[in-house]
Amino acid sequence: MSAESPEPASAEEQKEMEDKVISPEKVEEAKLKARYPHLGQKPGGSDFLRKRLQKGQKYFDSGDYNMAKAKMKNKQLPTATPDKTEVTGDHIPTPQDLPQRKPSLVASKLAG
Amino acid sequence: MAGAGGGGNDIQWCFSQVKGAVDDDVAEADIISTVEFNHSGELLATGDKGGRVVIFQQEQENKTKSHSRGEYNVYSTFQSHEPEFDYLKSLEIEEKINKIRWLPQKNAAQFLLSTNDKTIKLWKISERDKRPEGYNLKEEDGRYRDPTTVTTLRVPVFRPMDLMVEASPRRIFANAHTYHINSISINSDYETYLSADDLRINLWHLEITDRSFNIVDIKPANMEELTEVITATEFHPNSCSTFVYSSSKGTIRLCDMRASALCDRHSKLFEEPEDPSNRSFFSEIISSISDVKFSHSGRYMMTRDYLSVKIWDLNMENRPVETYQVHEYLRSKLCSLYENDCIFDKFECCWNGSDSVVMTGSYNNFFRMFDRNTKRDITLEASRENNKPRTVLKPRKVCASGKRKKDEISVDSLDFNKKILHTAWHPKENIIAVATTNNLYIFQDKVN
Repeated sequence: MSAESPEPASAEEQKEMEDKVISPEKVEEAKLKARYPHLGQKPGGSDFLRKRLQKGQKYFDSGDYNMAKAKMKNKQLPTATPDKTEVTGDHIPTPQDLPQRKPSLVASKLAG
Repeated sequence: MAGAGGGGNDIQWCFSQVKGAVDDDVAEADIISTVEFNHSGELLATGDKGGRVVIFQQEQENKTKSHSRGEYNVYSTFQSHEPEFDYLKSLEIEEKINKIRWLPQKNAAQFLLSTNDKTIKLWKISERDKRPEGYNLKEEDGRYRDPTTVTTLRVPVFRPMDLMVEASPRRIFANAHTYHINSISINSDYETYLSADDLRINLWHLEITDRSFNIVDIKPANMEELTEVITATEFHPNSCSTFVYSSSKGTIRLCDMRASALCDRHSKLFEEPEDPSNRSFFSEIISSISDVKFSHSGRYMMTRDYLSVKIWDLNMENRPVETYQVHEYLRSKLCSLYENDCIFDKFECCWNGSDSVVMTGSYNNFFRMFDRNTKRDITLEASRENNKPRTVLKPRKVCASGKRKKDEISVDSLDFNKKILHTAWHPKENIIAVATTNNLYIFQDKVN
């Protein structure tokens, strides 16, 4: 309500206020960008789609594993830290690191 | 209240049954991933994350129990898919059943298709209520008799036995999908079916497992240019050459297989124009269509995106004819829903038998119904608290902002871990199956 404020600024402020009133989405977007300033320039774009396409990928190179096992016959193989969920990179995975995929032999509780 | 259509009486939904464990500690394998009635509604199939299928059968109507329809009891259960590891691609293949689709019944046996991320299987479910007895060369327990001890001959006969329901895999349709299968749909010709993954749609013949035709391929030559994936597909219920597929960008394409062998060029493109000034980071994500279903009549199709359900008239491509807000109050929570990944939840939707009411799930174990004729909607809750049979469910209300009234629940109190993603409506009756994380609820309308 200040008569002193320059015209352009108050028009911008007004638009911002309008945005907040009109679009809760834009408010949420601002929140997100504040928390994650480096979030992808392309909204919901390729990165997120590619991640979706790659679901289920786990990396285990039997060659690496066997080479390492041969070289370090008497030494302990470097193992993953207990909370590591992805087995990749310079850590040499062991069968223990890969989650056991046993078929479900238990009957469904819906049938109980 | 959701209307029944005839007589102007509103439906009163009552609890009927609940299946599954009571305990809060849910094993991942028990998470229900799909629910589907068969064409007559007599059978109800569920699939779970552990690769198991459980089929319930409605018991014959009991004349003494005229106040309720038959209950659903376990008919058959089997392990449909098992976890696999693709060593060549270093890919873990989950056994989770993504979809089940029933074939119409042609003979005494029942058939269904079930699929995980990579492989579709045709299962035959058959009953055995007789067994042969009186073999000459075998004892009753199966051991072979010494032929020299046989002095007389008899004709084996069939004798009744306790009903046994057997499930056996009749066809395995494998190795046709590089990406994860999200839908299967059986054609009205009852001979072919579609399977869709993120980038491709294949056409199969139910009898042939060693080949399939690729009919849609949206994979870009350069994967860096990927902007859109296929999210769901369905054959038209009556026109055997027509199918639709939805995308992560909120569009639906209708294709006619008679136009060309590869249906990359759509016959119709359904897209609602967006106001560019309203665009935000979340716009595309929440416009992604998680389910598409044709009406039984074939005249309309319904799509579900994160916040709404839209009904489209196949004759009008430029906008839906009806839009229903499922949980608009979540629009001001999108930031946290993005952080906890809930914004990527894939809700399904379904039509009632007469196409007059549509239903979809929400959070806090709430589910919503929209009556297309009366334009009224209702929110109900799947909870064990209301589990006395024939108790009418009380409508629920979420308070978006401001003063919360008694019996309302505020948005911030909603439990986003309790999501109803899968619901199904009996093809003929007002019986619905609603899946919470690990329980299956069956509700019926009040029968007086």
